[in-house]
Amino acid sequence: MGAEFVQLSLTPLVIAVLAAVTCAMPGNFLILRRQALIGDAISHVVLPGIVVGFIITGSVTTWPMMLGAGAAALIAVAMIEAIKRLGKIEPGAAMGVAFTAMFAAGVLLLEQSNTASVHLDVEHALFGNLESLIWFDGLGWASLLDPSALAQLPPELFRMASVAVIMIIATILFWRPLVMATFDEAFAASVGIPVNLLSLMLVVFAAIAAVAAFDAVGSIIVIAMFICPPATARLLTDRMGVQVLISALVAAVCAVVGYVVAGYAPLWLGFDNSVSASGMIATVSGVALGLAVAFGPRRRQVAG
Amino acid sequence: MEAFVAALTFSAGYNAALVVIGATLFGAAAAASGTFLVLRRQALMTDAIAHATLPGLAIAFMVMVAAGFDGRNLLGLLIGSAISALIGVVAVDVIVKRTRLMEDAAIGAVLSVFFGFGVVLLTIVQSMSAGRQAGLEGFLLGSTAGMLRADAMLIAVSAAVVGVLLFVLRRPLTLVAFDPQYAAGQGVKVRLMDLVATAMVLAVTVIGLKLVGLILVVALLIIPPVAARFWTNDISKVLFLSALFGGSSGYVGAALSASAPALPTGSLVVLSAFAIFVVSLVFSTQRGVLAALLRRRALAVRVHRRQGLLALAAGEPIYDAMTIKVLRRDGVIRPDGVMTDNGRAAVAEIRRDELRWSMAPSVLGDDAVPAQRDALTPADEAFTPDQIALIDAEAQRLAVV
Repeated sequence: MGAEFVQLSLTPLVIAVLAAVTCAMPGNFLILRRQALIGDAISHVVLPGIVVGFIITGSVTTWPMMLGAGAAALIAVAMIEAIKRLGKIEPGAAMGVAFTAMFAAGVLLLEQSNTASVHLDVEHALFGNLESLIWFDGLGWASLLDPSALAQLPPELFRMASVAVIMIIATILFWRPLVMATFDEAFAASVGIPVNLLSLMLVVFAAIAAVAAFDAVGSIIVIAMFICPPATARLLTDRMGVQVLISALVAAVCAVVGYVVAGYAPLWLGFDNSVSASGMIATVSGVALGLAVAFGPRRRQVAG
Repeated sequence: MEAFVAALTFSAGYNAALVVIGATLFGAAAAASGTFLVLRRQALMTDAIAHATLPGLAIAFMVMVAAGFDGRNLLGLLIGSAISALIGVVAVDVIVKRTRLMEDAAIGAVLSVFFGFGVVLLTIVQSMSAGRQAGLEGFLLGSTAGMLRADAMLIAVSAAVVGVLLFVLRRPLTLVAFDPQYAAGQGVKVRLMDLVATAMVLAVTVIGLKLVGLILVVALLIIPPVAARFWTNDISKVLFLSALFGGSSGYVGAALSASAPALPTGSLVVLSAFAIFVVSLVFSTQRGVLAALLRRRALAVRVHRRQGLLALAAGEPIYDAMTIKVLRRDGVIRPDGVMTDNGRAAVAEIRRDELRWSMAPSVLGDDAVPAQRDALTPADEAFTPDQIALIDAEAQRLAVV
């Protein structure tokens, strides 16, 4: 736990934890509203978004890509709604039509725009580049108190941290109406809560979380963290507040354990290379859910 | 363009022709098996199946290399991916049956965890000395470039087998998809057919991995049946149309991709299917957006025509622009708003119609009058000639008195 840890692992670890918690927040509501797969759809359309952002601006800098991804997420949500309403098609099929078509278009654009020369590829969008978020100036724990070294922290850290704060504040701010609308939409509407607006806002916040997280950690973590920690928490408690807290805790623990296992376990086992941290974090969250499915005290629907 | 036509007519080389044939057969088989899935509202189950193939691909590669074979053997990779996809299906089933989590959460969890685990294994494969040229990434988005002849054959033959099986079993599968209890009453083995349907979906997903890739293969199972649903409500026609749409998507997409470099097959097949979907959404005579707009427009014209004539009959002025437009086009009023001879006849007609409707309940009894009078249908269409004669006779009598 020395200087090398601070330089190589501290920032990715913090970013992974922030990303996991950010995604778990809206995920709690999505899984209860049968919208769990909206996260899946959104993270697939991130690819066409970043490609279009790149083609329009010609640069692989962050903001055009983030804006492109955000726009693509909103277009996808609008498209799913339109297909559902116009064609009277069930939500799952409408999602399947919309996100695969957009993803296919993204792959085609990527191949056509010949971006092979710059680092922009499908695998990057899917797997992220957690391991590359190195803090070059972080020469030891003392660097945490050194302003000039702190200024050199990867910008992803601040972006992820601000989105995480926004997400937590939003969850607290809209807590009561959101919980009411999630458990009993008709009642919520009858007491004057704008349920449709709230539902749209939830999707928008999920999109913000997904877009902010994919850049640092890739789409796999996004989908896994939207669903696995909240689902695990759901099997442990009946109370919504407790569920959200547990899900955040589970998400953070999965991020830490996954990152450490990916980075160090192969070395302990005698391999030369570490494995994908994003993939390992998703795997660990699956193990957590598996344990909850097997042993969780609130596995089944409460009778009555 | 020439290259595209050459690929369409199977004259762009033997391998390219095999890929086009394979994609066509695969498209049709995937669309047909997807039809049952969409009918059962389980469209995104395919997505879980497809993503769950990744760990199997990587493990199969490692096992084959460890056993001293070529790790890239397609049959071996497909068997491995089928096994891990099967475990994924079972995992979804266990979560849904044993816990209170909803199916969508179970699907999302399995999809992301299996995929994440697959990526972990993929990084291990890449660090193996034999793994550098493994090309397992090709299964993410499909890659037909440099596909072996035997691979194309394998895909075409297995797609054909699945297609034939689906055709033979289409009746019991349809029954189970629509109404399991009725199907059981008819002597269909519901559990078995459920398994067969899932096995078919699993088989086409695995077959499609090399062609369109595991991220996009779900599109070929969902989009064609959804597009077909726009054209007809008859399930056997949906099945046929869906297979036709899927087959043409595979055919056109693969041919397009063979016609120039940097045109990935999977994307083009999916985008072809999406193009068919958009055309269906807009132009379908049954449920299409355009047909709905035209119907709405026709209804608006009828309402304005009748309301305009009623206003003329009552001697009231007309202000509504659309009403004036409709009446002018019908030749009821002149551009300056004065009624024409045709118009006077139409007004007389509408007066008589209103009188008939108002007298119908007293002459024929309340029961004979349609409960939901829409205020648009002329009386002589709503009643039989005999009834009309009765109403007119009574009107005559009242007028004389």
